[in-house]
Amino acid sequence: MASEDASEYTARELMVSAAAREIDDGDVAFVGMRLPLIAFQVAVSTHAPNAMSVFESGVVREDPADGFLHTMCDLPNLDRAVSTTGMLDVMGRLARGDIDVGFLGGAEIDRYGNLNTTRVHAGDREIRLPGSGGACDIACLSDRTVILMAHEPRRFVERVEYVTSPGHGEGGDWRDEQSVQGGGPNALVTSKATFGFDDGELYLRTVHPGVDADEVAADFPWDLRTREDVTGEAVGVTDAPSSEAVELIREFDPDGFWTRG
Amino acid sequence: MPADKTASMAEAIASIEPGSTIAAGLALEHAIPFAAGHELVRQGTDDLTLVGPISDVLFDQLVGAGLVSNVRAAWTGNVSAGSGYNFRRAVEGGELDVENHSNFSIALSLHAAELGVPYLPTRSLLGSDIAGEPQFRITEDPFEGQRVVQVPAIAPDWTFVHVQRAAPTGDAHLWGNTGVTYEAVRAADNVLVTAEEIVDPEVIKSDPSRTRITREQVTAVVEAPFGAHPSPVAGRYNRDNEFFLEYAEATRDEGGFDAWADEWIHGVESRAEYREKVTRDLSVREPTTAAEVTYGQ
Repeated sequence: MASEDASEYTARELMVSAAAREIDDGDVAFVGMRLPLIAFQVAVSTHAPNAMSVFESGVVREDPADGFLHTMCDLPNLDRAVSTTGMLDVMGRLARGDIDVGFLGGAEIDRYGNLNTTRVHAGDREIRLPGSGGACDIACLSDRTVILMAHEPRRFVERVEYVTSPGHGEGGDWRDEQSVQGGGPNALVTSKATFGFDDGELYLRTVHPGVDADEVAADFPWDLRTREDVTGEAVGVTDAPSSEAVELIREFDPDGFWTRG
Repeated sequence: MPADKTASMAEAIASIEPGSTIAAGLALEHAIPFAAGHELVRQGTDDLTLVGPISDVLFDQLVGAGLVSNVRAAWTGNVSAGSGYNFRRAVEGGELDVENHSNFSIALSLHAAELGVPYLPTRSLLGSDIAGEPQFRITEDPFEGQRVVQVPAIAPDWTFVHVQRAAPTGDAHLWGNTGVTYEAVRAADNVLVTAEEIVDPEVIKSDPSRTRITREQVTAVVEAPFGAHPSPVAGRYNRDNEFFLEYAEATRDEGGFDAWADEWIHGVESRAEYREKVTRDLSVREPTTAAEVTYGQ
């Protein structure tokens, strides 16, 4: 049963809801950490009851954890999992092409969806970031990926300084030419808008309620394409999260550690 | 009689030479051998190379203590807070070499070493700048000409693992997710097992399917209850998220780590005393007991 739109929600709750919609029923999702953890739990509780989640630590789950998760290895995620196993078991599924959708984040993203989580510059100063973790593997090998990022103009760059996780490279057929196995980024969800990829290039698909499309375009250092350029259909408005989705998010993140504040 | 490999933490760590390569934090955020790491800090065992997928502040602590020359890892930071500030300062100051990996490439490096082969190929990393890091080679496979990345073996001098229970022989049970624990155990010259509990060998032999660490791989066994705090251990205690956040705040500025280590490492005589200092309730309040498993003849 479809539930009504929620009347109040945070930008991050909307991101989680939009990310959850990127998981189809029956998908095997490579989840990772932070907001995607909650997005999977929402998806499997609503429109995708047959989705499965795998985590690089070696966890396979079919249902939401019965308790809040700061990390994929928190005990509620291990308790009553379908399987707790090792990394090569899970990475083997990814390498064989068994993962339908993988989730990624990044400090920087460029025009073709390449992500950097290794090092950035603030002026002349180099800042060392934590690195790939499993992100590079998810980016290379998943059938499709969905990227979640805070909407901050400094994160949008013409070309990332270091390609930690390859997107569509230089656009077009770059992934095939470079023998990169998976399909690459399918969507970017920020705290202001959602984006698709056309011929490997990012384009603005929808803006979140109350956000102006021209303002979003101004945050990018290149001439951002829009859905109108790609399909002829005007830029839409992101569906608000359903009240059911918001209730679930607040159940999974009761103190708002990830989704409020 | 099989050898009794039990030792005190101080004895076990004293046998590790400066300049060693140590793999640790192998079950990712789960069961990280913090107590063993803290003894390295007490003893000042330095010039270390650290190997692991992600370390969730264990590596940051050893870097903060000035013990580390090289990190070969996929991710180094604080999963709760993001940055590992000691790691950042050391890299940005040019004091620490980092070999950038992905989780899969670290797993393959350790897997190659346990198989006794010099490298293993993967189709991951292609298209990333990680594939261009100097330790890797991009080649064609000799059979079908596919483009692959060759990942070199990494054989640590020591692997540290924390488990729920081990026998004095070194045979051990670990449950919950295990990450690259077993690959790293078999890849290493020496293995230090720290255990929540030392048990009778008959306990281990009652469930041999759970026993994937066996005595011939193990150099020393140390009883270290609460030895993985602030990381969680399946069935024993929950993750202490606040501790990770407090650690991030305490180490944000240069010099902060020394004060933190004075309190939490140098300022405690034993893990029991450390445990007394942790006041949050991390107990497993709703334990799940597995259905009985029967062997026999």
